[in-house]
Amino acid sequence: MGLGAIILPLAQGGDGFVRDPAEASTECVAKNDTVCIGWALENIDRYVTPTLEHLVLVVVSVLAGFAIAFAMALISHRRRWLIPAFTAGTGVLYTVPSIALFLLLLPITGRGTLTAIVALTLYTLQILYRNNVTGLANVPEATKDSGRGMGMTDRQLLWRVELPLAVPEIIAGLRIATVSTVAIATLAVFAGAGGLGAEIYNDLTFKTGIVVAGGIAVAMAILFDVVLVGLQSRLAGWRKAHEAGAGDAGRFAGALARLRGAHS
Amino acid sequence: MEGRSAVNSGGGEAVSVEFREATKRYPGAERPAVDGLSFDVPAGEICVIVGPSGCGKTTAMRMVNRMVEISDGDILVGGSSVRDRSPSELRREIGYVIQQIGLFPHRTIADNIATVPSLVGWDRERARERARELLELIGLDPEMGERYPAQLSGGQQQRVGVARALAANPGVMLMDEPFGAVDPINRERLQNEFLRLQAEIRKTILFVTHDVDEAIKMGDRIAVLREGGILAQYATPAELLMAPADAFVEDFVGADRALKRLALMRVSDIDLWEAPLAFVGQASSEIRAKLAGAEVPYALAVDSERRPLGWLSKVDLGQDTVPSRPDTDATPTLELDDVMRDALSDLLQAETRYAPVVDGEGRIAGVLSVEIISEFLTSDEALTDEHGAAERPLG
Repeated sequence: MGLGAIILPLAQGGDGFVRDPAEASTECVAKNDTVCIGWALENIDRYVTPTLEHLVLVVVSVLAGFAIAFAMALISHRRRWLIPAFTAGTGVLYTVPSIALFLLLLPITGRGTLTAIVALTLYTLQILYRNNVTGLANVPEATKDSGRGMGMTDRQLLWRVELPLAVPEIIAGLRIATVSTVAIATLAVFAGAGGLGAEIYNDLTFKTGIVVAGGIAVAMAILFDVVLVGLQSRLAGWRKAHEAGAGDAGRFAGALARLRGAHS
Repeated sequence: MEGRSAVNSGGGEAVSVEFREATKRYPGAERPAVDGLSFDVPAGEICVIVGPSGCGKTTAMRMVNRMVEISDGDILVGGSSVRDRSPSELRREIGYVIQQIGLFPHRTIADNIATVPSLVGWDRERARERARELLELIGLDPEMGERYPAQLSGGQQQRVGVARALAANPGVMLMDEPFGAVDPINRERLQNEFLRLQAEIRKTILFVTHDVDEAIKMGDRIAVLREGGILAQYATPAELLMAPADAFVEDFVGADRALKRLALMRVSDIDLWEAPLAFVGQASSEIRAKLAGAEVPYALAVDSERRPLGWLSKVDLGQDTVPSRPDTDATPTLELDDVMRDALSDLLQAETRYAPVVDGEGRIAGVLSVEIISEFLTSDEALTDEHGAAERPLG
């Protein structure tokens, strides 16, 4: 059984072929050897619903994935023996090909958005869990020791010290997971969940359609990334001080400069 | 200063710490890490726990705030057992400073200092006020409270670490090699600053170090631990240097313990020599007569208030009267309160054998010479009680 035999039954239920006879009358579209900007501008309306569908798929999957991965990281934080099992488990999920996962989920969740969201959520776990754990593990021992030594309970230490310090790493994970989910969500069409993938796979031979849908996906990925970078600098503004903070070399150079100033 | 008085208010009276056969056994370890430790630290004193690495000194200190659980025996803080307390509540009442400082990089200096106050439920305004007060106390600009730890130098961070430990006015402070990661020059400064601070705040302090010189400098009492967490000697610094309990302590304190004693003495503790005094305007012939057979072979020019002006050279003495500006000035001039070791280093640095010593008013009190110090070092007096008989010859 070839790939087409799997994909085609899954993909049916879309809007049908893009180039209906009326539109195909445009010369550019008929030739289909370049991107037809005119066609794209005329047909931009047809991308609104797929874009919104795509947005929902990404946002819901990443949020659900983050909630699960965060809970897993907290559970394994004080039970470190769980970490290898959790890492392996999420890793195995990540290696299952997405089309196969959609098929496996069909009997349980049926065709539609839910299947796509479940699959996309499972895919985010590997990256999100790993980064959450790394972030928590990278909190310096001395920082935790001084927190505990001043009388913080485990819970206070976690929420006041460990998690805030893990934020850069946690957000780095969110950035990777979000961008990759934007990409993988184009396959959600095979689960019958629509999204930008519908516009791509409806007619794999139509160059303009692929470029416009793909372009929207890339723009969406960039937009998410910008938002997350903004969130990071809001939540971890101290890092700027940390990075710009005079390292020993910097201080030494500063002291030298002052000395020179004093002698000149 | 307003801040100063407030620092001492609000409870937090220093309390005693008593080790009662305190023992720590780790599962699977052959020997205890800390073995039957017993000694009392009176309220308001600095007790330094010192010993070679692996002697259990840090473990012993961490048993006080239950960062390490006690296996056997007990530790009493302010007369009551730490074993009856909830660890986190106990720790909030005991200041804690570690070598790596462990400031929270994501919190401002003021918020770092306010850590324990916020844990014990002070309102934000009071905690911030307290942070300002403590920044002043440790000699930092209160404006620095808005900065992040990474924006401070190592020495400043270490001071903030101490301020943070003091924030909720604990009766006891635990300090684990607090100046261990600081370069030698800054370490000396931080030590001196801390001793000045302690003179003001009078906390009970348990201070861990592997550096016996630091122990001698900082401690009111010193607990020397040997391997296996066994107390080798518990004594004042002077006792430790004068009468090491056994070969281990003697070896640990070092062969230069006579020299170390200089760090515990002041210039006023030693018999000074007298130099012939030459008042400005006095006839030089009188001075020349006085020089014959004097302890110090140079005449010291002084003004009418007996304040030293300088040493008279042959040329100076060739004049009719004592000049007001002698050829050689009176540097270094030492004070009676100077620490002997510093006085010796001043003499050596100036490459001079004699230095006038003045009292609080700047009037001449005598002359310190390299010979006086070397005689002291080679005498039995350096190693025994000043008035007692020699117990052990210098080997």
